Amino acid sequence: MSWTALVVLSAGAYAFKLAGVVAGERFADRLAPVTALLPAALFSALVVTMAVADGPSLVVDARLIGVAAGALAVVRRAPMVVAIMVAMAVTALVRLVA
Amino acid sequence: MLAAACGLIGLPYGVLADSAGLTMAQAVALSVFTFAGSSQFAYVSVISGGGNPAAAVGGALLLAARNALYGPVVSPVLRGGAFRRAVAAQFLTDETTAMASAQDDPTDARDAFWFTGLAIMSLWVAGTVAGVLLGGILDDPGAWGLDAAFPAAFVALLVPHVATRAGRVTALIGAAIALVAIPATPVGVPILLAALAVGPGMAVAARRRSL
Repeated sequence: MSWTALVVLSAGAYAFKLAGVVAGERFADRLAPVTALLPAALFSALVVTMAVADGPSLVVDARLIGVAAGALAVVRRAPMVVAIMVAMAVTALVRLVA
Repeated sequence: MLAAACGLIGLPYGVLADSAGLTMAQAVALSVFTFAGSSQFAYVSVISGGGNPAAAVGGALLLAARNALYGPVVSPVLRGGAFRRAVAAQFLTDETTAMASAQDDPTDARDAFWFTGLAIMSLWVAGTVAGVLLGGILDDPGAWGLDAAFPAAFVALLVPHVATRAGRVTALIGAAIALVAIPATPVGVPILLAALAVGPGMAVAARRRSL
């Protein structure tokens, strides 16, 4: 990884944060309908990508079973730490058995 | 509890950063200066998947864009001089916004913001350091199920955003776009394309309002 990418990413991320603080409510009102839904779109795409993608190919393996177990824990109102540990434990267990 | 979760997902981030070829200094610098877990994870997972660095930075920045909306949400907390506001901006995250906006009293909100921000920052960095060290020791991080930790964390972060019908429609379409796009487009691009799901989501929200 290059330091250039790191600087661009950090500067960009901070610019977004600062823009929100500086621009205040006026700016947010207009964008609110988009930004209210953006996390739903991006988080679900991230979950899918991290659960089944291996580079450009789709793979169904222990990881997906583990994530599903973690999701079940979330639905059952388990704290995030517990859900993460369930996902890791189930993934490791399935790999051990398989 | 929230900070503990951040420390815990700092571990797989560090391991992934190590396997993506980042040095310890780079992994920690990202945690301190970018300080946006989802962006960092998106970035290192695209890089470790062999993706284009520009697409990786693009996808990560798109995820960081939502932080711009948190400024107004916590604006009562951020009152003060220009310097204090500039420092506070760095601590804007999903978690600090959630904790600060849950308090009714402005003083409590300010305390919650700073306490959560500092706790998360320290545990996130500690988790990153531990993760990079662990990545150097482990032959096969997969055997420990570390690759399942971050998607599971994002399932937990996704839940509050699918409370509405519009949120659920957006999430489902976003997931479908990602599934179709993964084999068809360069690594990192599917997450950018998934942002298009906001369109149908907004249509659903508008229709609900007009009924």
